[in-house]
Amino acid sequence: MNRSLPKWADIVLIPLLSLMLAFLVSGLVVMFIGKDPIEAVKVMVSGALGKYGIGYTLYYTTNFIFTGLAVAVAFHARMFNIGGEGQAGIGGVGVAMVLLYVDWPHWTVAIVAASVGAMVFGAAWAAIPAYLQAKRGSHIVITTIMFNWIGSALLVYLLVGPLQAPGMVPETLGFSAGASIPTLHDIFPAFDKYAPANVSLFLALLAAFGVWVLIWKSRLGYEVRAFGHSEKAAIYAGISPMKIIMTVMLISGGLAGMMAVNAVQGEAERLILDTVQGAGFVGIAVALMGRSHPVGVVLAAFLFGILYQGGGELSFEMGIPREMIVVIQALVIMFVGSLENMVRIPVERLFLRFNRGAA
Amino acid sequence: MSIDTQTQEQSATAAPVAPAIELIGVSKSFGPVQANKDIHMTVAKGAIHGIVGENGAGKSTLMSILYGFYKADAGEIKINGIPTEITDSHAAIAAGIGMVHQHFMLVEPFTVLENVIMGAEDGPLLRSSLARARKVLHDLATEYELDVDPDAIVGDLSVGFQQRVEILKALYRQADILILDEPTGVLTPAEADHLFRILENLKSQGKTIVLITHKLREIMAVTDTVSVMRRGEMTATVKTSETSASELANLMVGRHVSLEVDKSPAKVGETILEVKNLCKTDSQGVKKLKNISFKLKAGEILGVAGVTGNGQSDLLEIISGISHATSGEILMRGESIDLSNKANAAQRRALGIGHVPEDRHARGLVMAFQTWENTAFGYHNDPEFSKRFGLADQKAMLKDAEAKIEKFDIRPTNPNLMASDYSGGNQQKIVIAREIENNPDVLLIGQPTRGVDIGAIEFIHKQIVELRDQGKAVLLVSVELEEILALSDRIIVMFDGIIQGERLPENTNEQELGMLMAGMDPEAST
Repeated sequence: MNRSLPKWADIVLIPLLSLMLAFLVSGLVVMFIGKDPIEAVKVMVSGALGKYGIGYTLYYTTNFIFTGLAVAVAFHARMFNIGGEGQAGIGGVGVAMVLLYVDWPHWTVAIVAASVGAMVFGAAWAAIPAYLQAKRGSHIVITTIMFNWIGSALLVYLLVGPLQAPGMVPETLGFSAGASIPTLHDIFPAFDKYAPANVSLFLALLAAFGVWVLIWKSRLGYEVRAFGHSEKAAIYAGISPMKIIMTVMLISGGLAGMMAVNAVQGEAERLILDTVQGAGFVGIAVALMGRSHPVGVVLAAFLFGILYQGGGELSFEMGIPREMIVVIQALVIMFVGSLENMVRIPVERLFLRFNRGAA
Repeated sequence: MSIDTQTQEQSATAAPVAPAIELIGVSKSFGPVQANKDIHMTVAKGAIHGIVGENGAGKSTLMSILYGFYKADAGEIKINGIPTEITDSHAAIAAGIGMVHQHFMLVEPFTVLENVIMGAEDGPLLRSSLARARKVLHDLATEYELDVDPDAIVGDLSVGFQQRVEILKALYRQADILILDEPTGVLTPAEADHLFRILENLKSQGKTIVLITHKLREIMAVTDTVSVMRRGEMTATVKTSETSASELANLMVGRHVSLEVDKSPAKVGETILEVKNLCKTDSQGVKKLKNISFKLKAGEILGVAGVTGNGQSDLLEIISGISHATSGEILMRGESIDLSNKANAAQRRALGIGHVPEDRHARGLVMAFQTWENTAFGYHNDPEFSKRFGLADQKAMLKDAEAKIEKFDIRPTNPNLMASDYSGGNQQKIVIAREIENNPDVLLIGQPTRGVDIGAIEFIHKQIVELRDQGKAVLLVSVELEEILALSDRIIVMFDGIIQGERLPENTNEQELGMLMAGMDPEAST
């Protein structure tokens, strides 16, 4: 039944229509609070893609690529990893552990070390729910959500306790100068000097490519997809569910953890509270919208980057309250993610009628 | 075609009352696939009407239209001569149509009574409904030999009784027309006979029955008229008394098919696989296998007959490494194999045990995989499909798929199609191609031709016999006695987790095997 649509309609048309619907309703919301929606669109686009804004947009994009890939990889094994938020947060601890105690000679070495730290800590945070799912059948959605809270509490403990820098602020000492990675401005002076986007954007794109190879070119990816489509078939083929669940969740957690290279090493340059800022949850929408395909994830991450940065501009320039921006972002997530069938079913009908007419 | 027009004329002139069901020009398509093309069908009141056809011929679609699951794109339905719009199952019930599905629609933890009134309660409180249903059920039981304990929990009942509950449900809703979709697929021969007696009783009380089946023997035994469907079209409607099973088979496939299998006597070699005292207790504590022992020799086909759920599936799953045994031993070429839960199916493949699973949809294929992915499924870590760094050699997989498609005549021939794009027969060919081409010493085959069209059945049977003639051992599990008798060199019958008997096909017949399948010992009773 899912074949009634051509591929392009499935991966381009439906997300696009959903998005347009989301913007339409968002426009109504803007009108409702007495602002001009056309003006809002202008502010949003120029705010997100202008010389100043693009550096922020790409910073958010980097975060969302990592968390989006994390969710997407797990999706292929039909696992719903809601724990990106916690895994990214704990990934930050991994980055801090690596960068606080070693004086790195050069950023290239530091970023590799920080990536390893981020991945190991993120993966470890995903490993416990994964093990509970694989061995005990505890539902991964429930456990990963709970681990978000545990992770955030652990972070608070560390930042007011063992890792806290002298003083009252819940943060660590700043990382050493050798750990500071170049921003996009350092490479391309066309970017704004203060924009936080940095070289980890390229790591994110590399990760997207890696995920593509993993899922569609490797034997492990083959097993993951087989398991995701049918656990019974996977067992028939000699694929161990335990191995798939653990491996996929470790990779997923590692990817979510990688976000910390961007947010902690690249932007904050020390470990602070709340570096993730909801990116773990946005990753779910990004993966949904990107159809769990790396290319889709990158594009969707960019879109959500625009929404985040543009939304910030909107409240700044037009006095639309921050809460309303969240409403608009939520509308996009709702239309693109969970209300997909609302658009899909009429489009499918349309195609059916069109096809019959042609036949 | 001439037969078709003849009966239609007859029914038009001779029938004094309006026919129970009349379909006029019914068509239905799913996207580009036309499932029903301009169907005309008339079923006389008080008749048992059979509908036969291969899988995918459109039988189920047609009945789904009649029961309101699908809406026809074109055409008209008349019930008792009255044009009727059947928009959903409520409308169908209101029109007096009841349906007994192939997979029962019962709530297992509920009692028979609760299942019967479900959706047809008198009011918000159950008491009066239950009392009324108890009385109605009592009357129906005496009238139609449909006795079921109204207070039994449905999950505890045997399949045959569950089916009776389904029939009772329809009758409780005052159905005059009863549609049964493949009703005997899960029954023992004795249960099937009982069902046919019930149908005869219903008929004598003026009920109209539509029986969908692929078993020609049943059609010949119980129906008055029969319609044959092929590729979405109704190719003929004939009186059962004026046709024969072989004529119907020809009408179904459009060419002559042999139901017999040509094979030379088996050249039986040494024992390859030996099963010793195998026991399996499932997680609910039910003993599925009780001390099963047998030997499988090179160059023979050992048929395992039995009604679904008597341990055959567990046997296949344990030998193939899908599930583990509770106790016992299996020797492969004299060496004991790991039956603990640490073993997996990949290890069995490495030992030379191939497996065509009973359920190709859930196990044998990944429906969303393309054919070139499915033809390597389970063997994807073999050196021939592997590259360095854990990558898959997709070119090799594609080439291998193309070779299998050609050799096993899989259609369509495009290796990039998904498994769900194929008919049942071609899906099964993909599984069989994969398992046979990997050259196993022992091939386990479960229900090789379930849901497979007759043309493909012939082909698949030939492949199985060919494998045997190469000196391989085949363990064939099937609920189709005809298939077991045609293919096997030796037959064991399973009942309730034990081997109820062993026979040679030339010295037995369906009746004897049927008795063994029902747990009786024909020798003891005579």
